[in-house]
Amino acid sequence: MIWDNFRIALQAIRANKLRSLLTMLGIIIGVAAVIAVVSIVQGLNHVIATQFEGVGVTYIMVFPRQDLQDPDLAGREVTLTYDDGLAIMEQAGGLELFNPVFYRGEQTRSGDRRHPTMLLGIGPSHQEVSNHWVDKGRFFSDLDLQRAARVALVGRKVIEELELDEPVLGSDLIVGASTFTIIGIMEYKGEMMGQNQDDFVLVPITTARDIYGVEAVKQLRLDFKATGPETVDLAKDQIGEVLRRRHRIPEGTKDDFRVLLQEELLERTGAILGTVTSVVGGVVSIALLVGGIGIMNIMLVSVTERTREIGVRKAVGARKSDILVQFLTEAVTISLVGGLIGVLGGWGLGILGAKAIPGFPPAHVPLWAIALGFGFAAIIGIFFGTYPAAKAASLDPIEALRYE
Amino acid sequence: MLISISELRKFYRMGEIEVRALDGVDLEVDAGDYLAIMGPSGSGKSTLMNLIGCLDTPTSGEYILNRQAVSGLDDTELAHIRNREIGFVFQTFNLLRRATALANVELPLIYARMPAAKRRQQALEALDRVGLGDRVKHQPNELSGGQRQRVAVARALVNRPSILLADEPTGNLDSKTSEEIMSLFDELNSAGNTIVLVTHEKDIAKHARRTIRLLDGRVVSDGRRDDSRAQP
Repeated sequence: MIWDNFRIALQAIRANKLRSLLTMLGIIIGVAAVIAVVSIVQGLNHVIATQFEGVGVTYIMVFPRQDLQDPDLAGREVTLTYDDGLAIMEQAGGLELFNPVFYRGEQTRSGDRRHPTMLLGIGPSHQEVSNHWVDKGRFFSDLDLQRAARVALVGRKVIEELELDEPVLGSDLIVGASTFTIIGIMEYKGEMMGQNQDDFVLVPITTARDIYGVEAVKQLRLDFKATGPETVDLAKDQIGEVLRRRHRIPEGTKDDFRVLLQEELLERTGAILGTVTSVVGGVVSIALLVGGIGIMNIMLVSVTERTREIGVRKAVGARKSDILVQFLTEAVTISLVGGLIGVLGGWGLGILGAKAIPGFPPAHVPLWAIALGFGFAAIIGIFFGTYPAAKAASLDPIEALRYE
Repeated sequence: MLISISELRKFYRMGEIEVRALDGVDLEVDAGDYLAIMGPSGSGKSTLMNLIGCLDTPTSGEYILNRQAVSGLDDTELAHIRNREIGFVFQTFNLLRRATALANVELPLIYARMPAAKRRQQALEALDRVGLGDRVKHQPNELSGGQRQRVAVARALVNRPSILLADEPTGNLDSKTSEEIMSLFDELNSAGNTIVLVTHEKDIAKHARRTIRLLDGRVVSDGRRDDSRAQP
């Protein structure tokens, strides 16, 4: 019986191809939009999640926090020093490694090519803490650090932009006003949300101190690696306590530093993507509503056109419920076929869209999004098909048979 | 007794006016009978036909079909009766346009919830019986008027109903094809089917063994043809 209804529905759709397609358009657009957006957002999410996983949830960053708008912080000298880092390692629990980072924008130069990049002065544990390793060449030796040697590690983007000739290792690179020898190339990270992850120059922190003086002592970023995922939250609390004590921050005033966990970053990006999804969801629900009204309209037309058919069916023994189910099946079939086209179209759109935006991760369609697309389509078919189907079911057979 | 109707009334309201479409009809039909209902338009023959066919319910009176009181049944029960006890043949054939002859004939069996294989077999038998065994895959627009009406007759027969109800079955056919359809009815009646047909044509009515005439919602004559002509 269900199969018979389904066959009748497909027949009716085939008999009015253009009309059915136009009717489905609202559903197609709505579902396609959902799938396209979800696929792109999920692609992003997927990449972000794997990248954070690469860094590891045990990665903790502490930034100096300067806010001139804030009465608690304005007029105070905000510092975050190597000694702060050592004190944290000593007094806070759950931490395994510490790496001080000095960072500033700097111009790089090679021959007549210039490229602005990020200069990072780093400590010996940088690789382990940030889980980012040297690909070619070697990392800074203890000697490099002790002597504040003019040596540098570079990201791929810098090599590309400056068109450095092979062999890159051993060649000179001018950063700011100083010349460095390149001793290593860091492993490739790719792009994340349109931002290049390979555009940087690393130098020993002692070298940075040598060149930039007090600036490279007072305001550092302190990176830590927790002993495990379970100690991260505790470590965050204790880092706060140690720094508040050292910086003499009274109870109830704002901190002059900010502790960032990878997990929080992940949550924050997740929240942004979630907002994007729900905004699009809102717009899409309007498309689906319009699609639903389209289906209702065409079903009412169909019921009128097929009044005689309904009469015949009733004359040969169809019950009200049979007619109801038949027309409801038809409405749901239209919306499901629309949903199917929408899912496929949206999928394709997501793939194309992700490809069209440079540096965007590939689209990823999760199963639940497909289920959601079809579910919405089905619900809309049922919701907007009920009234026309009920109208068909309640037709008087004699009137229906007489209908011209 | 297959049909037993007593004091059957059907009144309609058209604005202020009450239309007495049927005004106290008594009628008994035996199983195997061949009855023609005649009368001018507005005499109530269509109304009577609709009531016998359980498409409509009377204002008052009693209708017993096959030992079952039909007068008080609800929509779903009437649908069941139409499905099991009645086979309709209409003037305009009323076939489903986009369905094959076979699918059209299968229709009542679908609503009887018969499994597909059995349904198909029974529908093919019915089509065979009306002489369309070689046209089962054709759609109505690929068939002649006479063939379409044969499909309709097959559809009416397929559920092995108690009565075949034909409403002006030859109204849309030429005289030669009309004769063919009527001889099909004659055959079916000889094979034991009870047939009730509504017509205003004497030539058609004379195929029946018994003719009643309606006028203004009442039976004005009820005559039986002598039996020498009844058995060809």
